[in-house]
Amino acid sequence: MGYHAGEFDVIIVGAGHAGCEAALASARMGCSTLLLTISLDSVAFMPCNPSIGGPAKGHVVREIDALGGEMAKNIDKTYIQMRMLNTGKGPAVHALRAQADKVLYQNTMRQTIESTDNLVLRQSIADQLIIENGICKGVITHTGAEYRGKAVVLTTGTYLRGKIIIGDLQYESGPNNMKPSVKLSHHLKELGLELVRFKTGTPPRVYGSTIDYDKTEIQPGDQAPRAFSFETTEYNIDEQLPCWLTYTNEETHQVINSNLHRAPMFSGVIEGTGPRYCPSIEDKIVRFSDKPRHQIFLEPEGRSTDEVYVQGLSTSMPEEVQIKILRSVKGLEKVVMMRPGYAIEYDAVVPTQLWPNLEMKNIPGLFTAGQLNGTSGYEEAAGQGLLAGINAARKVQGKESLILDRSQAYLGVLIDDLVTKGTNEPYRLLTSRAEYRLLLRHDNADLRLTDIGYEMGLINEERYQKFIAKRNSIEIEKERLKSEKIGPRTDVQDLLRNVGSKELDNAVDLFTLLKRPEVTYKHIEQLAPAPVKVSEEVAEQVEIQVKYEGYIRKQMQDVERLKKMEKKRLPMDLDYLNIHGLAKEARQKLDQVKPLSIGQASRISGVTPADISVLLVFLADKKG
Amino acid sequence: MKQRYDLIYKYVYFYRFNYVETYFESNQLPFCEPIQSVTDWRAKKSLQQSHFLSYPDVLKARPKGGKRQSNLIVGEELARFDLQIRLFFFMNFLSSMVFYIFRKRFNNRQFCVVKIMFDTIAAIATPPGEGGIAIIRISGSQAIHIVDKIYKGNLKLSTVDSHTIHYGHIVNNVGEVIDEVMVTVMKSPRTFTREDVVEVNCHGGLVSVQRVLEEVLCAGARLAEPGEFTKRAFLNGRIDLSQAEAVIDLIRAKTDRAMKVAMGQVQGKLSGGIEKIRNELLQLIAHIEVNIDYPEHDVEEVTRSLIIEKGDWIKDEITLLLRNSHQGKIMREGLSTAIVGRPNVGKSSLLNTLIQESKAIVTDIPGTTRDIIEEYVNVRGIPLRLIDTAGIRHTEDVVEKIGVKKSREVLDQADLILLLLNNAEPLTEEDMELLETIRNRKGIIVINKMDLPQKLDMTQLNNVAEEFPLVTMSIKNEKGIEVLEEAIAKLFFEGQLQSDDLTYVSNARHIQLLKEAKGSIEEASESCDHGLPVDMIAFDLRRCWELLGEITGETVSEDLLDQIFSRFCLGK
Repeated sequence: MGYHAGEFDVIIVGAGHAGCEAALASARMGCSTLLLTISLDSVAFMPCNPSIGGPAKGHVVREIDALGGEMAKNIDKTYIQMRMLNTGKGPAVHALRAQADKVLYQNTMRQTIESTDNLVLRQSIADQLIIENGICKGVITHTGAEYRGKAVVLTTGTYLRGKIIIGDLQYESGPNNMKPSVKLSHHLKELGLELVRFKTGTPPRVYGSTIDYDKTEIQPGDQAPRAFSFETTEYNIDEQLPCWLTYTNEETHQVINSNLHRAPMFSGVIEGTGPRYCPSIEDKIVRFSDKPRHQIFLEPEGRSTDEVYVQGLSTSMPEEVQIKILRSVKGLEKVVMMRPGYAIEYDAVVPTQLWPNLEMKNIPGLFTAGQLNGTSGYEEAAGQGLLAGINAARKVQGKESLILDRSQAYLGVLIDDLVTKGTNEPYRLLTSRAEYRLLLRHDNADLRLTDIGYEMGLINEERYQKFIAKRNSIEIEKERLKSEKIGPRTDVQDLLRNVGSKELDNAVDLFTLLKRPEVTYKHIEQLAPAPVKVSEEVAEQVEIQVKYEGYIRKQMQDVERLKKMEKKRLPMDLDYLNIHGLAKEARQKLDQVKPLSIGQASRISGVTPADISVLLVFLADKKG
Repeated sequence: MKQRYDLIYKYVYFYRFNYVETYFESNQLPFCEPIQSVTDWRAKKSLQQSHFLSYPDVLKARPKGGKRQSNLIVGEELARFDLQIRLFFFMNFLSSMVFYIFRKRFNNRQFCVVKIMFDTIAAIATPPGEGGIAIIRISGSQAIHIVDKIYKGNLKLSTVDSHTIHYGHIVNNVGEVIDEVMVTVMKSPRTFTREDVVEVNCHGGLVSVQRVLEEVLCAGARLAEPGEFTKRAFLNGRIDLSQAEAVIDLIRAKTDRAMKVAMGQVQGKLSGGIEKIRNELLQLIAHIEVNIDYPEHDVEEVTRSLIIEKGDWIKDEITLLLRNSHQGKIMREGLSTAIVGRPNVGKSSLLNTLIQESKAIVTDIPGTTRDIIEEYVNVRGIPLRLIDTAGIRHTEDVVEKIGVKKSREVLDQADLILLLLNNAEPLTEEDMELLETIRNRKGIIVINKMDLPQKLDMTQLNNVAEEFPLVTMSIKNEKGIEVLEEAIAKLFFEGQLQSDDLTYVSNARHIQLLKEAKGSIEEASESCDHGLPVDMIAFDLRRCWELLGEITGETVSEDLLDQIFSRFCLGK
C-alpha cells in the first residue's frame, strides 16, 4: 500500500539533461521541487556521444545560458576540448562544440543539484501519476511512495519501455543497461496519451591504449578562449585532449555486407523509427553503397578513463561482428572493446498533444520534455527541460507561460515544430529548420534572451546589470560609427590599400567604411579608436550588426510578417469541428493541434490559405 | 479604462521613431499588461480629448529642438521610458500597419476601437472583357503613395482632397506612358474597405488593364487575393453582417477556384520551367546546408564560383520564363474553349467562322485536322482561346491516333467545350461517348448542318443532354453564329464560366513572383561577389526557391530535409 511521502510544488521525473534543467529552473524560481531518478548514478548521464554543441545544438546551449539554465556552465567546467565550427561560413552559423569529460560532467551537475535550495534529489521509479478530476496532482513510485505536487514534469528520456537490441539479442533496458521504466509507459497509455515507438543507437567504445593513433589524423581543440556560458571567465586552453580521425574501408564494408542478414535493422527486429540524420553504419553502407569510405572520429570519454567513443560506427550488429568491424578500421587493428554498440527502442509521446508551454492538453498540470517528446540530443532535451521547468513553476505561481517564438530562439523553433507539426522520427535541430537563422546567432543569444531570463528570475541582478551595460555600449559604439567621419588620410589609404579595398575619395562615416567586406572592426579601432575601448564581445557585436545590416534588416521584415500572424490569438477552446467553411482535413488537424495563434495554425500541414482566411473572418465575427 | 489609454500611449510613443504605425486589435491587446502606468497627464489628457488620433495628429507638434516627435510625449518622459519600452517591443513588436484610434460610445462606456490596417492590395475591380473602361482598385495605408509613384498629372495625389477625381497618365519606371487615366482618391475611413482607396479608371481591354495593374504591383502593392476587398471591408467593420458565413463562403469559393485555376496553369509549361529551376536551387541549397549543419563531414564545400555559375543560370531561366509570360500572352490566356466532335462535323469551319480567317485546313476528308490548332478570339468582350481538335474517333492511323489522344487531353483541360453534332446524321456511339466525357463540365451543344435534312433525333438528344444549352446553326450558310455567341456570353456573364478573370489575375501574380525571385537570385550573386559569408547567400537562395514555390503552390522545409538526408551520407 502507498504512503504519503511529501508535498512539493513541482515534481520532475527523470534526472537526465531535461530533468536537471527543469528541476534547477523550478527550484531557482522558488518552487519546492522534487527530482526523481531511477539511479542516482545516472544524473546528467551522457549515454551516447561525449560532446555538446555543434550547429543549432550549440546555439541552443547558448540560449539555455541566456535564460539562466545550467548546461552551458556545466560543460564549461568539464570540457576536455572546445572547437568553433563553421568559422568561415558566416556569423549566423558559427557553432561551438565541446568534448565533455562524461564522468566529471555528471558529478558537477549532481553537485550543483545537491547544493541548490528548494530541491530534493531522490532515487526512485515513478510508476503512476496521481490524477484527480483530470488534473495531474503527483506521482506514485514503485515503493508505494505518494508524492503530491502542483505540477509534474516527465523527462523520462529513452527509459519508457526501453529495449536494447544487439544482433539477435534483445532485452528490456534503459540506456546503458539502466533499469527501464515499464509501468509508467502502460499507465500513460491508459490515461489516453498517444505514444509512438522510436529507435536510436550508439557505437561501441574501446580502450584508447589499444588504438594506434599514428595511423589516424589528429583533431585538436582551438587554441583560443571559448565558452558556452556568457558568464564563464576561466578557460582551459592548454590542457585540451585531441580527437582523432580515421576512416572505414573496403574491408569494413565487406564485413558489414556479409553480415547484413544478422543486422536487426534489416531483419525486421527493429520496429521503431530511427533518425535519418544519425544512421547506423550498416544503414550508411546500404544506402550509400558507392561511397568508398566513411569518417570515424575517435573521441575520449574523459580524463579519468581510457574509454574512447567511436563516432560514426553506431551499430546494432551482433557483438562479434562489431569487433570485426572495429578491427578492420585503420588504427583500430588491435583494438579491445569496452562496451558494444546497441540500438535502443523506446516509447515517446506524440508531441502534438502538448500546448506550446509543454503542458499536456488533456491532462492539466502534466508537462513533458526531452527525448520523451520525440527529440534526440542532449541539447534539445535540456532546452525543453528548462522551458518545461519554467512553465511548471510559472503555473504553480499563477503566472503566464513562457512561450518563445520562432524568431526569438532555436528553442522556439524546436518547440513550435514539435507541438505544431509533430515528428515521425527522433527530431534533431538543424540550422536549416530556422527560417530566421540570421537573427538566431550564437553570438547574440544573450541579447535575444537575457531579458526573459531576468524576468523569469533565473538571471541575477549582477549579471543583468552587466548585460545592460554591454547592450548599451553596443548601441553607443554603433552611434559613434554612424556619426564619426573619416577622411582620406594617408594612414587610412595605406591600410585600405593593404587589405585590398578601394581607397577613399571623400570622407565617409565609419559605419559605411566598416560595411566594406575587407574592413574589420580591428581596422576601425586602429584608424579611429573609440574614446573608451570597447570589450571584444562588444566589438564582435558591432561588427556583425554593421556588416550584415542589410541581411538582418531583410530578415527582420520577414519577422514582421510572422509577428502579425502570431499576434492574432485563437481561443484555446475553439470548436474547429463546427466552423463553417473549413475544409475537413483542416478541421481535424486544427482540432488536434489547437493552435494558439493564426501564425501557428498556418504552419500546420494540411491547413490551406483559404482555411486561414476562414478562421480570420470567423474570429472577426466572434468579436463583433 | 485608464489602462487602455496607458497602453495606447506607449504604442504611440514607441513609434515616434519611424511612423505611428502599428497594429493591434480592439479587444485583444497583445502582450498583456502595460508595463508601467503613465504619469504624463498631458498625454493622458490629449488622448482623452482627441476624437480622432492619427499619424498626422500625433506628429503635428514639433518641439523646439525641431526633431520630429509626438506631441504626446515630451520632456523627461522620453528618457525615462525609452529603455524599457524599447526592450519590451524589440522582439515583440514590428509591424507595418498604421493604426487609428477613435473613440466610440458603447454601452455608456468609453473604449478605444483600434482599426486594423493591412498591407496595400490591388486588383482589377471591373468585370473582365472589353468594356469601355476598367477600374483598378488599390486599398491600404500606402495606396495613395503607391499610385503617386506611377501617376503623372497636374497634382500629386498625396496633396489632393479626399473623394476627388483627377486626370493624368500612368507611366512606367522609365517614364513611358502606359495609359491615360482618371484617378479617384478616397481617404479612410469613408471608403469601401475603410482604408485609403485609390481607383484608377483606365481604358478597357485586357492588355492595358493588365499593364496598369502590373505597374501598380511593381510600385509596391500586392495583388489582392480573391474576395480580399470584401474581407477587409468586413474585418474593418464596414460591412455589418449578422453572420460571417456569407463572407466565408465567398472567400472559400473564390480561393478554391483560384487555386484550381492556378494549379491548372501550373500544370503547363510554366510549371515545367519552374520545377527545373527549383530543383537546381534545391540541390544547391541542400549542399550548402549540409556544409553548415555537418561541418566536419567529408562533403566537399560549395564554392563561390559554383554559386555564381548556378545563380547566372537560374537568372537566365527566370528571365526566359518572364519573357514568355509577358503581357501579350496574358491576353491570350483567355477562356480555353475546346471544339470537339466527330470528324468532319465542321469543327474547323466553326473555328474559322469565329476567327473569320481561314487558318485551319478545311476539307471534307475525315481526319484532316491532325494537330491541335489554337486561336484567340474575342466574343462579346470575352477572351476565348479556341482550340480546334482532331476529330475524336476510333482510328488505326498512327498519326491520327496521336491527334485523337491530344484532343482528349485538351478536352480535359478546357474551361468550355463546344460539342458539335451533325444534323444530317443520327447520333452515333462516338457522339454518345463524347457527351459522356463532357458531362458535369461547362459545355454548349452545337448542332451544325441545319441546311441539310434533319436525321438527328432531337428527343433522344434532349434526353441525354438536357443539362447543356443547345444551339442550332449552319456554318456553311453562316446562320446561328449570333446565337452561339449569345449562349457563350450568357454562360459567362451568369458566372457559370469563372476561370477567366482568375486566369489572368493569377498570371499577374506569377509575373510578380517571378520578378521577386529574380531579384533574390541577383542579390545572391551580388553578395557572392562581395564576399559575404555563405549563410547570407543561402538566405537569398532560399527566398528565391520559396518565391518560385509560391507559384506552383509547393511547400517548403520538408523537401529540403529530404534532399539533405537522401543525397548526403550523414550522421555519427
